[in-house]
Amino acid sequence: METKKIVYPGDKIETGDLKPRNGMYESNSEFFSEYFGVIQESEKFIDVAPFNSPYLPRVNDKIIGKIMDIGPTMWTVDINSPYYSLLHMNDSPWHVSSGDLERYLKVGDYVYARISVSNEIKESWISMRDNGMRKLETGRIISVKPPKVPRVIGKGGNMINIIKTYTDTKIIVGQNGFIWVDGEIENVKQAIDAIRIVEKEAHTIGLTDRMEEYLKKMKGEN
Amino acid sequence: MEGNIKLIRDDGLRLDGRANNEMRPIKIQTGVVQRADGSAFIEWGANKIIVAVYVREAYPKHAQNIDRAIVKARYNMSGYSVEERKRPGPDRRTMEISKVVSEALSSAIVLEKLPRAEVDVFIQVLEADAGTRIASLTASSVAVADAGVPMRDLVVGCTAGKADGKVVLDLSKDEDNFGQADIPMAILPRTGKVVLLQLDGDVTEEEFNEATSMMMEAMPRISELQKNALMDKYSLEDGE
Amino acid sequence: MVSKMPMDASAVLSEIRKGFILESIKTGKRLDGRSLDDYREIKITENFVPKAAGSAMVEIGKTKVVAGIKVEEGDPFEDSPDSGVMALNIELLPMAFPTFESGPPSEQAIEYSRVVDRGIRESKMVDTSKLVIESGKRVWMIFVDIDVLNYDGNIIDAATLAAVTALKNTVVPASKIGQKDYALPINATPVSITMAKIGDELVCDPDLEEEQVSNGRITVTISEDHNIHAMQKGDIGEFSLDEIRKAIKTSSNIGNKLRETYLR
Repeated sequence: METKKIVYPGDKIETGDLKPRNGMYESNSEFFSEYFGVIQESEKFIDVAPFNSPYLPRVNDKIIGKIMDIGPTMWTVDINSPYYSLLHMNDSPWHVSSGDLERYLKVGDYVYARISVSNEIKESWISMRDNGMRKLETGRIISVKPPKVPRVIGKGGNMINIIKTYTDTKIIVGQNGFIWVDGEIENVKQAIDAIRIVEKEAHTIGLTDRMEEYLKKMKGEN
Repeated sequence: MEGNIKLIRDDGLRLDGRANNEMRPIKIQTGVVQRADGSAFIEWGANKIIVAVYVREAYPKHAQNIDRAIVKARYNMSGYSVEERKRPGPDRRTMEISKVVSEALSSAIVLEKLPRAEVDVFIQVLEADAGTRIASLTASSVAVADAGVPMRDLVVGCTAGKADGKVVLDLSKDEDNFGQADIPMAILPRTGKVVLLQLDGDVTEEEFNEATSMMMEAMPRISELQKNALMDKYSLEDGE
Repeated sequence: MVSKMPMDASAVLSEIRKGFILESIKTGKRLDGRSLDDYREIKITENFVPKAAGSAMVEIGKTKVVAGIKVEEGDPFEDSPDSGVMALNIELLPMAFPTFESGPPSEQAIEYSRVVDRGIRESKMVDTSKLVIESGKRVWMIFVDIDVLNYDGNIIDAATLAAVTALKNTVVPASKIGQKDYALPINATPVSITMAKIGDELVCDPDLEEEQVSNGRITVTISEDHNIHAMQKGDIGEFSLDEIRKAIKTSSNIGNKLRETYLR
């Protein structure tokens, strides 16, 4: 299996004509990796994509969160990050009065929401007042390492779409690495297996084609 | 006592058969504490040490640093890890080790990238056989990298010391107990900068220089093992 | 928004002051006029606490510590039946600085204690073989307690100086057990020299403000045999091997001078 170039913290990054961007630091006009990860080159930029890194909230990310605590006007939400996020009652889809939050979302409930505010010190607030944002009532939630999310989604969503199509499931991939999968139990299992393969082989080349092969074969076997 | 115990044999080798600049065997693995954000297990000679890393908001809130992460290593020894049972909980020695290990890791981690956070590094010494602080630090930096915490470099450490008046690398338990000096050191290999250094015993300036050169020479080999440990996890995952 | 209020303004160095210190050190001069290798004025008061078996007050600039020694009968360690016992402890008293708290010793206090202890112990300053009352049964135990009364940087050196001075004037109260009192047998005079890394420079005997802007500290303890007996790199920061070698040279030179002047 062909893989991209692997780097370790402190490894020198040969930037060439590309502009160094994420996952590296500068020292004496040279660039060095901050992560154990792979080199990713695009037309203009070069990045180090870590194999693992904690999720850090970014405005407009659509995420899945888990209610951890309930206050008089706000829920505290685990967004698969070192940092908790907050959901204010006025940013929920319901008319909630102060002190009555538990009626709508209990500790342990999952929500699909958007990061509406996040600041330099990684404090963030989420909002559910957008189309499609809601409490997730059925299905299963799994988590993947946050840096693997783009791979799970695929270019233009093509990876997740083939998984959905072949397994006949509904899937929401939170940009924070929490993923919701709903459908027939067997189908959900197959979809999760497929997602796990993508997560593990995220740093390899030609993964989408191999995934389609895998799904075809899996379907043929059934 | 000291001086009365022979640590170098007549053939010039050490009691365990090693040459003066020879390390004990080292094995490092990652992904050993699945629940943690990152983890590592190191066997260094007879030392067995497991490390788990968690990254979270520092708690309580007033303990947070608004502009950077706090690194909190906690070195802890199991009761059964040493000859005579070690009473559980921190003591003065383990607290000092926790402090110097935390500081060494802090020098490598890009703290500004994780404001308000705490990088908790739990170090459990399951079996101790000289050189535990350096083995702990070497494993900790692998576990921190495994957790995806941004780092300028992988901290790597080693010890040297003096046994029977000779400078030797990677002290054994006997050499640690009955030798004349113990020098643990850790560096950032890219720049060679020293982030942990301690010494106790009796060495001349020349002996100190000899010891540090010997350690500097050994460091790249240990670095390689750290990198292999990180890589192994990913190749393993591929094979599944 | 989250904020962390210090208890006292002296615990936080202003950015302006930081810049000022850094700029000044680049030119080789420090804010108090010292050059990089200069030590502050040292004042030693021997036998400061006559009730103790030995004692000293040491002032390095405004840093002020008292060391007091108590000598008591006790049991030897099982693995060294023919050796007395020494224990050393530094207390960072709350009166000395706003962030020092009462209660169990902080990591900082423990680290300082252990560095000072190692320098004294490893130089074999106290001849513990002459502290045996009855082999394997009774020995003299030397308790060195060091209180930091005012903190203005470089506690390690002040504490070492105080402990060494106090040990040198300690009397073993052997008359308590029907023998003759005798001076604590001393074999060496270790001196610790601590340097802070500020910018690209090593600065000897840092004061509080210098410690607050520093990136790492290094202590080297050497005795009159010219050998190194303890070293400690502390705080977050990094040193090159060249800087460490330079620190050893500086420690050797300045330590000799201090020993000649203050510890004869």
